[in-house]
Order: sequence, then C-alpha cells, then structure tokens
Amino acid sequence: MILVYLIGLLMGGGVLALLMGQWNNSLPKWIALCTVSTGFILLLSFWIDQSRIMNTLLPETWMMEYRHDWISTFGISFHLAIDGLSLLLLVLTFFLGILAVLCSWKEVKERIGFYHFNLLWILAGISGVFMAMDLFLFYFFWEVMLIPMYFLIGIWGSENREYAAYKFFIFTQASGLLMLLAILGIYFIHGSNTGNYTFNYFELLGSDIAPNVAFWLMLGFMVAFVVKLPIVPFHSWLPDAHSEAPTAGSLILAGLLLKTGAYGILRFVLPLFPGAAQLVAPWAMLLGVIGIIYGAILAYSQTDLKRLIAYTSVSHMGFIMLGIFAFNELALQGVVMQLVTHAISTGALFIMAGMLKERLHTRDLRLMGGLWTQMPQMGASAILLAMASLGLPGLGNFIAEFLILLGAFKANVWLTILATCGLIFSAIYSLRLIQQVFLGASKNLDPIQDFSWREITLMASLLLSIIWLGLYPQPVINTVRPTIKKLEELFLIEKEYGHILINNKRIDSLPEKNVRQVKTELVPSNTHSYVR
Amino acid sequence: MLGNNFIALSPLLLLAGSSVLIMLLIALKLSHRTIQFASLFLFVLAFSSLFYAHDLFSHPIEPLLIVDRFSLFIMGLIIFSGLIVNILSYIYFEEKEESPKEYYVLLFLCTLGACVLAVSKHFISLFLGLEILTVGLYGLIAYLRARHYNIEAGIKYLILAAFSSAFLLFGMALIYLQTGSMEFLTIGQSLHSLTSLPPLFLTGLGLMLVGIGFKLAVVPFHMWTADIYQGAPTPVTGFIATVSKGGVLAVLLRFFIEIDGFRFKTLMLILISIAVVSMIIGNLLALQQKNVKRILAYSSIAHLGYLLVALIPGSTMSLQSVCFYLVVYVITILTAFGILIILSTKENDADDIESYKGLFWKHPLLACIFSVALLSLAGIPLTAGFVGKFLILAANLQAGFWLTAFVLVISSVIGLYYYLRIISKMFSGRGGVLLKEKRAYPIFYLISVIVLLTLTLFIILFGTYPSGLMYFVAYFQFK
Repeated sequence: MILVYLIGLLMGGGVLALLMGQWNNSLPKWIALCTVSTGFILLLSFWIDQSRIMNTLLPETWMMEYRHDWISTFGISFHLAIDGLSLLLLVLTFFLGILAVLCSWKEVKERIGFYHFNLLWILAGISGVFMAMDLFLFYFFWEVMLIPMYFLIGIWGSENREYAAYKFFIFTQASGLLMLLAILGIYFIHGSNTGNYTFNYFELLGSDIAPNVAFWLMLGFMVAFVVKLPIVPFHSWLPDAHSEAPTAGSLILAGLLLKTGAYGILRFVLPLFPGAAQLVAPWAMLLGVIGIIYGAILAYSQTDLKRLIAYTSVSHMGFIMLGIFAFNELALQGVVMQLVTHAISTGALFIMAGMLKERLHTRDLRLMGGLWTQMPQMGASAILLAMASLGLPGLGNFIAEFLILLGAFKANVWLTILATCGLIFSAIYSLRLIQQVFLGASKNLDPIQDFSWREITLMASLLLSIIWLGLYPQPVINTVRPTIKKLEELFLIEKEYGHILINNKRIDSLPEKNVRQVKTELVPSNTHSYVR
Repeated sequence: MLGNNFIALSPLLLLAGSSVLIMLLIALKLSHRTIQFASLFLFVLAFSSLFYAHDLFSHPIEPLLIVDRFSLFIMGLIIFSGLIVNILSYIYFEEKEESPKEYYVLLFLCTLGACVLAVSKHFISLFLGLEILTVGLYGLIAYLRARHYNIEAGIKYLILAAFSSAFLLFGMALIYLQTGSMEFLTIGQSLHSLTSLPPLFLTGLGLMLVGIGFKLAVVPFHMWTADIYQGAPTPVTGFIATVSKGGVLAVLLRFFIEIDGFRFKTLMLILISIAVVSMIIGNLLALQQKNVKRILAYSSIAHLGYLLVALIPGSTMSLQSVCFYLVVYVITILTAFGILIILSTKENDADDIESYKGLFWKHPLLACIFSVALLSLAGIPLTAGFVGKFLILAANLQAGFWLTAFVLVISSVIGLYYYLRIISKMFSGRGGVLLKEKRAYPIFYLISVIVLLTLTLFIILFGTYPSGLMYFVAYFQFK
C-alpha cells in the first residue's frame, strides 16, 4: 500500500500546492517540501528495514507488491511492485525531489503554485515509472512525467525555452508511441499464444516470441529508452532542454529522467527479449562508446556552462549503455552505481550552474573567471564535483565507472579500451570547467555573495552522499544484488544456448526450457509475506 | 405495433415537433432568453425520450428505418451535442446584430437530419436525412449574413454539398441498377455469394464514397473544411464537427457492416488509403495555420482519418473503438469550440492564435479547460483521447494492420506540434490581445463555463478510468 501512497502523496501535494498558490506565495513551497520529505522518510525507513534483513538473509527479489484491477476488459491492472533496483531509484527520486524544491526556493518568483504542481507531478510520474509492473501502466506513467516537464521548461525556462520544450516533448513522445506499439505487439502475441490477454509484466516474461518478431519489438522499446537516456544520435534534445530548463528542471532531467531510460532497459528490454538484446549488444556497446567520446569532445568545446554539463551527461550515459550490454554482474552493478552517482554529481553541477546564474545572470563561461576569491566555498565544492565527474578514486563515480569498465572488459576488449579514453577526456573538460569559472583573472568586480545557509545544506548533502558512495558503496550494491543476479543468470543461459536460438530459428526444447525457468524465477514467489 | 413505432420514433418526432414549436414561439415575439430556455428544455426532452425507446430491442420500421441500440447510441450522441451547442450559442448570438431566434429552428432541423441518418437502413432515408441536415446547415453557416466570411462559407458549402449530393444520388442509382434494391440488408444479401465486387457496383460505391467523403471531410474531399470552419459562426462550426460528422459516420458504418464490406479487398484498399492520407495530410496542413478554427478544421480531418482507421479491421473490438473514439472526439471538440465561443467578442471570433497569448494568466480556468481538450485531441495519457487512440491501435494490431497503426503513430506525433503551439501560446508571457469576459450575461457565462468544466471532467474521467465508457460502448455497439 505504501507504493500507492507515495504516488498519491505526490499528486495530492501537487494539487494542494496549486490551490494554495492562489492565496499565498510561500505556502506551495512548504507544501511541496513537506510532501517530498514525508515520502523520503517513508522510503528511507523502509530501506533501512530491508537492509537489516539483507545482511542476515538471502534477500527476496521483490519486496512489496500492490495490485488492483483497472481496465479489466484489457487485462490492465494498477500493478506496482518494487525490488532493490526500484527501491534505490525511488530513494534517489525523493532525495533529488527535496533538493529540487529547495533549489528553486528563491529562483522561482512567478506562478509558484503551478510551478510546484508541475514539479510534484513530474516526481509522481517518475516514481510511477520505477514501480509499474504493468506495461500499460508503465507507458501511462512514462507519459505523465512528460507534460509537467514540458510546462516546467516552457514557462520557467530561459530565453529559448519554447523551442527546447517542443523538442523535448516531440522527441520523447514520438519514441514513446513506438514503444506503445511494441507493448501492444507483445500483448497480442502473448495473448494469442496463451489465450490470456494481459499487460502484466510477470506473465509477459514467460511469453515466447519468434526471434525475428522479438527483434522488432525490442527495437520499439529500445527507441524510447535510448532517446530518454540519451545515446548518440538521439541526444539532440538534451542540451537544449537542459540548458533552457530552470535549475530544478535540469536537476530532475539529469538526475531522474535520464535514469528512467536506463531503468527501462534493465527492467524491460533485457528480461523480455534476452535473445534479441544479445543480438544488438555489440552495436549498442559501440553506440555507447561513441556517446562517451562524442559527448566528451562536445563538452570540451562548449561556452555555455549548462550545455557543457549537459554534454557530460551524454558522455556518462554512454558508460551506462556499455555496461548494460556487457551482461555481467560487475558491469551491471557498475551501471546501477553510475545511475546513482551521476544523478548526484551532475545534479549538483546543475544546481551550481543555477546558483552562478542567479548571481552573475549569465551562463557564458567566457564571462566568468576568478570567482574563487569571492566564493571560496562554492569553488571548493565545485572542485570536488569536478573530481567526482572525472572519476577520482574515493568518490562515487570512480566506483561506478571502474566496475563498468571491469565488466565490459570481459565482454569486449577493444571497445572497453576506447571507453577508457573517455576518462581522460572527462578529466580535460572537468578541469577546463574549474579553470574557466573559478581560476584566472577575475572578470567580475561587483561583490558576489558566497553560499547562503540554504545553499550550504543543499551542497553539503550532495557532497556527503557522493563521498559516502565512494567510500562505502556496499549498501547500494547489496540492495540491487538480487535483481542483478537474476539478470545475469538469464544471460548465462542465453549465452550457452543463444546461438542455437538465433542461428537456427528452430527452437530447441532444452535451452528454451531453461530460459523459461529462469524467466519465471524473476516472477515474485513469496512476496506476499511483505505485502502491506 | 403502431404504439411501438411511436415510441421508437419519439426522439425524431420530438425534434421535428420542437422546430415547429419554436417557430410558433418566435411568432409570439418572445425574448431570446425564453426561446433559448424553451429549446434547451425540448432538447432535454428529446434526449430523455431515448430512454423510453431503449426498451425496444432492435425495432425496424419498414422499409426505411431501424431503431436499435447502435442507432440509439448515435442519436444520443447527436442530441447531446445539439444540446451542448444550444447552451453555448446564447452568449455567442446574443451580442450579434442579427435576431438569433430562428437559429434554434435550424438547429433542431439539423439535429433531426443527423438522427434520421443514424436510424436509416435504406438509401431513401439516408438521402432524406442527409438533405434535412445539409439544407439546415446552409442557413446556419451563413447565419450572420452581415459578415462576408459567413456568406462566403455558406455559398461554398451550398455549391459543394449540392455537387456531392449529386454524386451520392448517382452512386445509389448505379447500386440500385446492379442489385435491384435500396435497402442495405438486401444489397448485402445480393452480394453474399460474390467474392469480388461487380464493376458497376464498385463504381456506384465509389461515387457514393465521394458524397459521403465530402460530408466527413476526408482527404481528398477536404478542401472546403478550413474555409467553412473559419467562416461559419463558432457554435455552428462545433455543430458541423460533431453532429454532422457523427451522423454520416454512423450511416457509413451501418452500410458497411450490412453489406459486409470488409470482405472485399478493393473496398478495403480504398478505405485504407483515404484514412492514411487523411491522417497525414490533415496533420501536415494544420502545422502552418495561424487561425485556431482552421487548425481545428485540419485536425478534424485527421481525426476522421483515425476513426476510419478504427473501422478498418472490422472486428468487434474495432467497432467498439470507433464508438469509443467517437464519444471522446465529440466531447473533446465540443469543449474546444466552447472555449472559442466564450472568448469570442461582438466583432470577431477568438480564432487568431496570437489572441491566446497569456490566456493562462488571465483566465486560468478557461486555459486549463482548453489545454485538456487539446491534449486529449493530441492523445496524451490522463485524457480520454489517449484511451481512444490506444483502443484504435489495439484493434489494428490485433488484426495485423501494422501499417495503419504505424501511420497513426507518426501522424499523431506531427499533430502534437500544433496542439502544443496553441498550448504554449496560452502559457507564454503576458500581453496579447485582451480577451474580455462576457460580463454582460453573467448567468449564461456561468452556465457555459460549468458545462465546459463538466465536459473536461468527463475527458479526464474517461482517460483515467475508461472501463465504464467501455462497457457502455460495448453494450450499445452494432450487433
């Protein structure tokens, strides 16, 4: 039931903020803050509870489930469930949600009620995406997070906001509709095979689809996720959307929205179409590596601070693609770590860009310089973040990228070597960023304020979590281990027999059975002990 | 039997009687307000008479008409649209210089014509219904005769409609020549043993499709749409978009099912190509428009394309999806035109996209209602339009029509652009032409807003919890 409350809380809070915004300008902020914090505390206590169990027992894959019929004629149900991966990303969602509310505390001065309504509804959509175990519901939430984001960029963004908002919306909507086609495709194929028409994820896992059809369906899903992630050549919406969005918008885009793409691949593409995923794996890894290098080079040549950070995201997301399609535990653990640490470090960079813009009224790197003397606190935290982003040991991103490279090395040596070069590039652009903004001769003679108390809290929480993840990542790894293990097993079997499936198109009875067996193990067995 | 006939025909009789009654009331020199309330009452009466007629299960009135669940459903939709248009008309026509009273007579006549289409099972009644509808529309479109736009639109519609009626008649004649009957069922029976259509029949059908296609405004018979949508008074435009198209679509559906047109490859190919080009061209032409009424005109072309796509598989599910989408379309379009009506002033209709700039900050409620309607037309989740599109896609994929589903997806992405353009205009900065509220008629303003709000709530309700409407549609669908 907690799962439903979480979504209900966010949506209800949003409506309340909208209504209160008519009368009072500060009330919506407080409502939003309370709503998100309540959700965060709820989730955190649940996570701590769970991790106590995890240390002693072999953990269950599925921790909680909620199901209620929605459109029964189509076999659509309101079906939510979480495993370690979902839980982790949910905690991240609410954590960044609090920061998003805080960092727009002073920035947003107009239409505050509607702003917080949009903010909370985006968070609701994202949480829904991380919990939905019904493909129709998943698509539903996938779209729900889109419209408020469109408004957030289109109303509160900077100069070129309308163009950016359009581009964002049309890219994601187009790719999303292709996914809807693929969802319907798998629905009817499963239905005609078994006579059971359902959108239930766990039942669709067991469906067997002819390899050539599976390939196209997988592409349908992949397009949506790859655009969201984004991977070169589908990335062109991202720099615009990031740079035009208000600070909280960039934070949520970089920290959460991109993660839904990676989550989608992990949750849907790999388990539903293991064979087809294996088929495209080398290409996907190649695209990932291209993304790493291309993003890094473009990041280096930007003069707009937010665009620079946006392109670093493209580069970091390349690592995720590389890791996912390496199909082994190390790499997948790295991917999850990367999801979390990238959200925190890039989110922090965007918040910092927002703070700089508040003070200097520009995002142009050429107009900045020598800010250290006036803002030593911000300078110091910026250096730490830049170090995190270039993968310095001791900080979270290092663990993530190291694990991914280690895992990917087993799968494809040459691509991994190329990807490792990306680390060097990331050092170059990160250091350039610091140099341009904080070092050198001061170009700005007006006095500038350093951090206020609110901003110190914001930054400190982000910096502490990135250091914590760098020094002691075990809780994260433990939480997602069961999910990752299941995924890996699926591919071990596929690997042994997969070539038979793909080459002969004739389905061998033995390997098929094995695959099915593992697939059905992904289904919750005795989750009900935890339910409610 | 006679009593039953009366019950079955009561909605039609009531509508016909209403127009006469309103004419008498006008002769008594009653005020606009009285006439408005009287016609509102009569519309409600006609609508409630459907519930009486509902007790009869499939009641034919030989040889012309049949009152079954499907026709009751369509009649309900038509009378409902008439009712909404009637409510919204007051604030639009009250401030215009022409006497608005005769407008209501024509409104009843057109509604009657569309209802006759919904119950007809014979070419004669089809033609009668269509002509009652069309002749009434000539008057309605050119109603504000002091404006040259209205006159232009009226003349255009007159010429093209007469032209297309001629095509329709000739097509009917050819089919009669081939089959010796004008009743849908008998025509279907005479085709029963055939595997492909005889050339004469096909020619007749093609000519009929020209006539029907004109009324539905599907590509390539769509040229009139934008001009007439723009030129006609806004309530009338809303009426054309819902009532006229709903009635014609119903009769097309019935004819197609009775002759089992889904068997014939040529026929399906024609339908598929009309649907596909309507979707694409409708959406493409809307992209560059600067007039909201023209945008809605082109979007309605695309939506008729979606409805035809829904029809194409011919399965139970596809018929359900047609009905579902029709309900959604009618509600959404009425909401959108309602906003246009409320924002129109004495001099000009609120159809310039620039005049919507900053609407959200001046009238948040109206802007929200309009946004929901536009998002529903675009097919975004949480609105009914999404569920409608979902059902159409599902029906198509179930029958393996991947191409049409794919085109639907692509064209709705194109369509998104112009819906978003209106929405972002409403949310963008302050300024823009000031749209003054209709403070002169506070009661009717309030009633109109409440009606639109209710429709909006329905759009959201059907978008989040569509089961109710699905059962309803399944119950009333064509058997």
